Amino acid sequence: MLKKFLKNKPEEIGEEVLKSGMRGRGGAGFPTGMKWKFLDRKSGKPIYLICNADESEPGTFKDRQIIHKDPHQLIEGMMLSAFAIQAKQAFIYIRAEFFEGAKILERAIAEAKEKGFCGENILGSGYSCDLVVHRGAGAYICGEETGLIESLEGKRPNPRIKPPYFPAVLGLYQCPTIVNNVETLCNVKHIMEMGGEEFSKIGKPNNTGTRIWCVSGQVKNPGYFEFECGDLTLGEMIHDVCGGLLPGRSLQAVIPGGSSAKVLRADERFKGTLKDGTDFDWGIEDIPLDFDGPMAAGTMSGSGGIVVMDNTVDIVEAMANVNAFYAHESCGQCTPCREGSLWMKKITTRMCSGDAREEDADLLLSVANQIEGRTICAFGEAAAWPTQSFVKKFRKDFVKKAKSQKRKKDSMQLI
Amino acid sequence: MISKNKGETVSIVLDGKEVEVPAGINLVDAAALFKKEIPHYCYHPQLSVAGNCRMCLIEMGTPMRDRGTGEPVLNEDGIQKIGWVPKPVIGCATTVSPGMHVKTISDKVTDCREGIMEFLLVNHPLDCPICDQAGECRLQEFATDYGRGYSRYVERKNVKPKRTRLGPRVTLDDERCILCSRCIRFSQEVAKDDVLGFVDRGSYSTLACFPGRELENNYSLNTVDICPVGALTSTDFRFKMRVWFLKEAPSICTESSAGCNILVSSREGEIHRITPKRNDEINDSWMTDSGRVLYKQVRSDDRLLKPQIRQEETTLEEAISSAVQTLKGKKLAVVGSCNSTLEEFYLLNRLTKAVKAKKYLRGHFGEDDGILLSADRTPNLRGSLLSGFSSVYPKDNLSKLYNDLKKGTVDTLLVLNEDLLSSGVEAESLMGVPVVYMGTHAHATSEIAEVTIPTLTSFEKRGTFVNRSFFAQGFAQAVPGPAGLLPDTHILCKLLTGLDEECKLSPDLSLIWKNLSSPPKSPFKGMTFTDALRGSLKIDGSKWDELPFVEKKALHFESPSKIAQNS
Repeated sequence: MLKKFLKNKPEEIGEEVLKSGMRGRGGAGFPTGMKWKFLDRKSGKPIYLICNADESEPGTFKDRQIIHKDPHQLIEGMMLSAFAIQAKQAFIYIRAEFFEGAKILERAIAEAKEKGFCGENILGSGYSCDLVVHRGAGAYICGEETGLIESLEGKRPNPRIKPPYFPAVLGLYQCPTIVNNVETLCNVKHIMEMGGEEFSKIGKPNNTGTRIWCVSGQVKNPGYFEFECGDLTLGEMIHDVCGGLLPGRSLQAVIPGGSSAKVLRADERFKGTLKDGTDFDWGIEDIPLDFDGPMAAGTMSGSGGIVVMDNTVDIVEAMANVNAFYAHESCGQCTPCREGSLWMKKITTRMCSGDAREEDADLLLSVANQIEGRTICAFGEAAAWPTQSFVKKFRKDFVKKAKSQKRKKDSMQLI
Repeated sequence: MISKNKGETVSIVLDGKEVEVPAGINLVDAAALFKKEIPHYCYHPQLSVAGNCRMCLIEMGTPMRDRGTGEPVLNEDGIQKIGWVPKPVIGCATTVSPGMHVKTISDKVTDCREGIMEFLLVNHPLDCPICDQAGECRLQEFATDYGRGYSRYVERKNVKPKRTRLGPRVTLDDERCILCSRCIRFSQEVAKDDVLGFVDRGSYSTLACFPGRELENNYSLNTVDICPVGALTSTDFRFKMRVWFLKEAPSICTESSAGCNILVSSREGEIHRITPKRNDEINDSWMTDSGRVLYKQVRSDDRLLKPQIRQEETTLEEAISSAVQTLKGKKLAVVGSCNSTLEEFYLLNRLTKAVKAKKYLRGHFGEDDGILLSADRTPNLRGSLLSGFSSVYPKDNLSKLYNDLKKGTVDTLLVLNEDLLSSGVEAESLMGVPVVYMGTHAHATSEIAEVTIPTLTSFEKRGTFVNRSFFAQGFAQAVPGPAGLLPDTHILCKLLTGLDEECKLSPDLSLIWKNLSSPPKSPFKGMTFTDALRGSLKIDGSKWDELPFVEKKALHFESPSKIAQNS
């Protein structure tokens, strides 16, 4: 496979990937071929390829499986992609907690180098690209591409301001850089194997290929499942694939794409018009699992981490859990996210420890609104969206929390 | 951010008004040109852009073009549509571009500012009553101007280290820090001493020095100046004075030939601190730590406060007439000091001409730090050249004077501010040589002087210094001098009149400048003292290119040989 394409022109791979319509699997769902097109090839500076294996979105565990089960697929995809963008050096940035994964990858790279699949003069083609595994130090923010780049440079992973630091122009060491998710790079291999045209027939238009969905929460059979995009609905996933909810429970809420995606309420109706002009009227179980379906329902498929919550879940507690995560992981560079995420955490923690106030719901929403769209990186949205959606959709639970806690009036004099 | 392409302008629409701004500047600076404030904390015009405080969020839009064809998209009136960016953008990292539309005032912008102010204050200790920054604190100012005026925060505030010693001169209060990273960027980019960084994460981030290191470079106090809040404080100034009582007066630093522009802060005539004043041609916004302590000389124990004749206190009138008697009709030598002002040099030069005295000049030299401390540790060596007092470079000490004293070609001395005995003149050669000493501080020479006339420090008088790049910079009096003393120019005029009755020179600096600029080939042609007070005047110093100037390449300075190579 690799041998065949190393003889061709590098641009052809890019063309095929563009033709395939594959969208990035990291969370934002940006077309990969387009991302590669933005690369500044004329600068004369070295070009780098980075595989983002810093899979830290709560609810997501797909990349870990790929790395554990089939690391060579990733290496092959990376070498094809590196050749496509003419990178001489490629990195796999793997999160600190995946120490087993890092070991597996290092062993796999050694094997691949032995066979001449990567490193010097790959398969006698004259093209060389070194591949290195770099372990992170345990930070969610390293999954943000410019934060990852800073970290790879050996600095604090403070995301960079864009403009001017778009990775495709000023990335690693101020050189043009492409950062792709593990699953995305693996798909490159399959695109080249079957051709972009053929790949684009899998799934639905604009939602091509397969996706690995990670289902966690209160279902009988949680796990990770690969399906064609749009092949099944959220309901089918929960009831048929995962064996349904635990006995006697009913569905309360679902987070469809990792903890930063907006939560969906079980009794919500989603109405509107899709991009192709068809009207839809979905219940939560009718939402198709692809990129555009969850988007149409006002949330996102993100990294594919589906978190199922049944009626036993205390929504405020769930919110507190999510907020604690974001407060802990905010890098602290820019004001809204740094102060806002901790503030939201403090509010929800307080609500869960007996001091909830009825006005807290509005306060949470207002704080989240003050973060959204005003930060350096997308972490601001990631921290704000859960709060916004939880409070908007489950306001009653937040108010109930306050009412149910029998407080003395003077306990308002907090601290 | 200073525009790199000089002269070029672009036209932008600022709050609905079309304006021309220099190309390449950012929106914060562009708005400032039209007296519109875009509040900011982390942005500093002389440091790299960090974009982390988010206070300068504004609305921005650019003229719309069709994605496919590149044709302008027009609205019904045939005017190009404006594509407003849905998210607010930060003004500090947005460079002006032709046709750009900017809203610095709108509901969205107001909401952004209120939000950021609230966030910045939730973990701030709000200890303004005991904070040194109070009164000159951006957090206070912007909270008043752009904040909501109340807080919704009822949780426990973060606790961080207080009064951390960052270095010998800087104390840190981490709770007040808003993590703008100005100090970190200053240390990296200007002081080239990368010792500061953040530790911990999120809201618990804390400013700290690298383990085993201290913020001890000679520029450490600049971090205190650029700190927009009360986090970094000067250990010297801490808890000494409320800043709103201080009167600020511009002056020039006398530490070296760099000629840093400074602000002298005083209360009731007593100086409490010295801070740099921005001048993009000389010192940007910086100065050395060592230059900031010079004010302590003003009230030091060895300051000369009373005129003396043979170590007996007397009046100024008597001291001057006694000095005239001492100097009259002798083989006089004048020892000048590079700490004198241009005007004093001029008068001194007239005096030496009037009595045909020999001239000597003492220079002081040290190590060049490549930034703002130059090897020439006097403020006005070039003033001695421009005034005509000296034409040689005072690289050597006063050994020539020592030889002349031994030979007997000199039998009376007028010494300004310099200590002969530490400058290569042996004490025995001064036996029987009457010395008239004019200076600010006591030392071995003032103690053996026949007549001692106390003078004023640069903080207490007016004058002009010419710096290493031949910028003439006037300075005014910042604080009153000790009672009963006169500026050097007045004393020199009185001496001159005493020695040469026909000489009718005025001690008025404007008139001295008139004299300086009147010769046809004067480098000061067309300039006045008022001009020098208003801003740095570039003087043509090419005549002295061949002199062995000791300064090395530094901030805003290239050595003359380098200039010659370039041209």
